[in-house]
Amino acid sequence: MFAIMKRVLSVVLFASVFSLANAAGAQEKNTPAHPRVSGPQFTLPESTDKCVHDSDYAKTGKCVRDTEFMRRNHMNLLKHKRDITMYKGIRSKHNSLQNCINCHVTKDDAGKAIKVSNSKHFCASCHEYVAVKLDCFECHRSTPDTPASTASIPKIPAHANLLASNSSEVKAMGTFLKGVAQ
Amino acid sequence: MSDVSLKEAYIDKTRRDFLKKAGAGVTTLALASGVTLMAYPEPALARKQEEMVDPSQRWGLLIDVNKCTEDCDACVTACSVENGWKLDGNPAVDAQWIRKLKIKNPRSGHEQTFPVMCQHCAKPPCVDVCPTGASFKRADGIVLVDKHICIGCRYCMMACPYKARSFVHEPLEEQKSHAPRGKGTVESCTLCVHRVDRGDKPACVEKCASDGHGALIFGDLNDDNSEISKRIATYATKQIRADLGLDTGVRYQNL
Repeated sequence: MFAIMKRVLSVVLFASVFSLANAAGAQEKNTPAHPRVSGPQFTLPESTDKCVHDSDYAKTGKCVRDTEFMRRNHMNLLKHKRDITMYKGIRSKHNSLQNCINCHVTKDDAGKAIKVSNSKHFCASCHEYVAVKLDCFECHRSTPDTPASTASIPKIPAHANLLASNSSEVKAMGTFLKGVAQ
Repeated sequence: MSDVSLKEAYIDKTRRDFLKKAGAGVTTLALASGVTLMAYPEPALARKQEEMVDPSQRWGLLIDVNKCTEDCDACVTACSVENGWKLDGNPAVDAQWIRKLKIKNPRSGHEQTFPVMCQHCAKPPCVDVCPTGASFKRADGIVLVDKHICIGCRYCMMACPYKARSFVHEPLEEQKSHAPRGKGTVESCTLCVHRVDRGDKPACVEKCASDGHGALIFGDLNDDNSEISKRIATYATKQIRADLGLDTGVRYQNL
């Protein structure tokens, strides 16, 4: 009976909010849980403690985990990843928010990636439904990087760069040279 | 970090240095007479993506003030482009990642200009005062703000003697994915930590070099063979407000 109860408690699904509340109440009656802790206890499945590297990730050919797992645990994976990136400088793609955004992109009719302010955004669609505030995009970008946004500093000297970008001059020179050759 | 892991990191580094040197020359292999296989060495890359930062390193900058010209702001522009911050013309709230300063000797009239950014102190006052631990120094000496736990109290801005930090006052959108910044948090020069992690130099250093000035040198202050260490060992260099004893990672030559 206890095992079944525990199983019920470990399931945190968006749709089962009401059943969860009931289960939590049942737990309080039957098992003396920690007095200060109310509600269901959330435990992370053990396998997430391991940091899976990009090489393993590539082998499986799948996105991080199955949908059911991700629905419940994406925030824990992201939090773990954010800390190892921030403090240890590990910038692998696996579990990175940037990688999530690049894959789960929703585009509008014009083919432009939509921002999180739009309810159709992958993250927003669920978070709005369950009324959970989404903080990531106060700082992070909610759309994939575009060539313009990743525009890096040209590696050649500034004057050379100016010359190279003057395509009309290059074309005119090309036409002239072709004429000479003919 | 315990002494043991520091020692391990050091051994790892020496091992890697040895391997780098061993693989430095062009490897040739004669297959048959007249047929030779040549393997060119790969450029010295940084650590792998999955590896942690190397605590035996300490990243630093050396700025040669004599090579810095007054009318050039390439480093500032490069930083702005790379990290996606813009100036709104309001100095009270503008981002202060990097700025050009001009100093003048009132007696002789001699003027100098040079960039000032976060000095990446070994003993950063911003880290000392932070009430949440958001302001921190990474194992390789880069001082950063963990914006996930920054509450925007701005004590660090008060504590920094270089005025190197600024506060984001307005909501932002479409930031660079490698440089997240947001309203209510403090920000400063990150020494282009995302570039350093992939083995590149900071944007300001790269732009200054490609524009032909070469006033900025980036490197490992702990590595005796790096260009920056050699220069610091050869020439007289200064730390701004050295009297504070913060042991800055950014050094100035000819100041």
